[in-house]
Amino acid sequence: MIEVSALTVRFGGVTPLDGMTVTFPAGTCGLIGPNGAGKTTFFNVLSGFVAPAAGAVRAFGEDLLAMAHYRRARWGLRRTFQTEQAIEALSVFDNVALVHEHSAARGRSTRRRDVLGALEFVGLEVPPREPVATLGGKERRLVEVARAVVGAPRVVLLDEPAAGLPDEETQHLARVIKRIPEELGALVILVDHDMSLVSACCEVTAVLDFGKLIASGPTADVLRNEHVIRAYLGTEERL
Amino acid sequence: MSVADEHSTEVSVGGRPARTARAALAGIERPVAVRAGLVAVLFLVVLIGLPGLVSTFWLQIATNVAIYSIVTLSLAVLVGRVGMVSLGQIALLAVGGWVALRLGFGTGLPFPLLLLATGLITGAIGVLIGLPALRLSGLYLALITLMAAAAITVVLQVTNFPNGGSGLLGYSGARAGTVSSALHRPDLLASTSAFFRTVVIVAALMFALAAVHVRSRAGRAWAAIRQSQPSAIAAGVNVTLYKMWAFALASFMTGVAGGLLATSTGGLSTYAFPAQDSITVLAVVLMGGVYSFWGPVVAAVLLKLLPEILKNWGLPPDLLTILFGLGVLQVMLTAPAGLAVQVPKDLANLARLVRRRVAPG
Repeated sequence: MIEVSALTVRFGGVTPLDGMTVTFPAGTCGLIGPNGAGKTTFFNVLSGFVAPAAGAVRAFGEDLLAMAHYRRARWGLRRTFQTEQAIEALSVFDNVALVHEHSAARGRSTRRRDVLGALEFVGLEVPPREPVATLGGKERRLVEVARAVVGAPRVVLLDEPAAGLPDEETQHLARVIKRIPEELGALVILVDHDMSLVSACCEVTAVLDFGKLIASGPTADVLRNEHVIRAYLGTEERL
Repeated sequence: MSVADEHSTEVSVGGRPARTARAALAGIERPVAVRAGLVAVLFLVVLIGLPGLVSTFWLQIATNVAIYSIVTLSLAVLVGRVGMVSLGQIALLAVGGWVALRLGFGTGLPFPLLLLATGLITGAIGVLIGLPALRLSGLYLALITLMAAAAITVVLQVTNFPNGGSGLLGYSGARAGTVSSALHRPDLLASTSAFFRTVVIVAALMFALAAVHVRSRAGRAWAAIRQSQPSAIAAGVNVTLYKMWAFALASFMTGVAGGLLATSTGGLSTYAFPAQDSITVLAVVLMGGVYSFWGPVVAAVLLKLLPEILKNWGLPPDLLTILFGLGVLQVMLTAPAGLAVQVPKDLANLARLVRRRVAPG
């Protein structure tokens, strides 16, 4: 469970997050909102790239913001980026091993098993020794997700993981995402503009608009919420 | 020593052919074995054969090439693996020389231990310089290291290289004319060929050290840092620590090279390490290539052998400043991976072309 209370981020005169208070209970939780709503800023606060002006984040009872940013990965915080960040100079195996050797599950004896396990988990069918530089976009995405699930993850942040993927691949990704809480016990927060992906994966969803939380609750209810529809379409009309 | 070179196995990203898993694996692993064998053979030929083949003069040049290949290696690791540009390597080389001379005149350390201690002390000094600089990157890091290099050069002009004098600095003006700032070689290394072989072995050890690093936890962390610091942090990499480690390793290797240089014929003089030489080193390292371990070897040849060849032909070695400038431009525009990767690729293409001509259809 992640409890966010009164989280505020200011960049000069801009307030990308304005007193955000929300609880992500368990399983896969959606976080949606129009462009510039503050979704990625929220992820950056959790990752430690952005220091909030006020507020607190407690993850499974621990004060996440008090941890040094690079230590959060060892604690079990994982994320993928809007623009995929698989490391080109390394092989598929080394990409995942890099995260494993800085995780709580690190250790030479478990590395090979865990890394290959993560690659199997995401259904990546390329040789582990293949350099990432030779892979296509879909495979790189899966490498990134494998990096997010290896070595005892507790919280997995996925920032638009389906961006640029064709429908078929998105469905595969949805199945993988749903299995993260079920089989690994990690809490997933999914940011995406693809509402079918969010509906398919998330039991609960929170909605940000201009840095403020405008709705949260069961996904189906949230997507029918008037404020949400207005925020997305900018009109009073219903979808 | 093996040559780790992920980048030469790069396949064109756009038109990626559909390959079976096994073919892809074989395609990567077989050249590695072939290359490792090639490196071993080449190493042995140089180590055993070269001293018998060339004159003492050229053997001294070859020794110099081997020493400077450690310097170019250290910069290639920084630039190619971590993405940090240092323009202070020549100054650190001088620091290594100073430390080795000071230890050599002041203590009775056996030669291998002296080199090791020199490397460690230079590594520590490098970290001290790097500590404030590591918060910066790119152009600013380059600028700061160049400034530090200039400062070291100025200090060296005042302190001079130790020549067995008393006190902390170990320099005596009275001895300056009679005793050169050179380390006394152990009897075993007295001959030019024995010293050459020692240098080649030490250089090989440094390349092995770098290769081990690149293939280990540190190398993976560096690759992550080079591509994107936020993604490295998100993967749990302590970016500052690993950058510092890289800086320490590069300084260690350069320090060892300085120790070797202090032991080579003629000794050290303060005017031999101008700060701007670090820029030339960066130029040849970029030309040689920073992503493969052949790159630093090519770079050292360009840096230390080429000027002598030009002199031998009666051409002014200053010509090289122009040639290196054009060379960097050419390499950056057409072969960013450097000569060490591009030339074999071109030769392979040429061979294919010739084969097609010889056997049409």
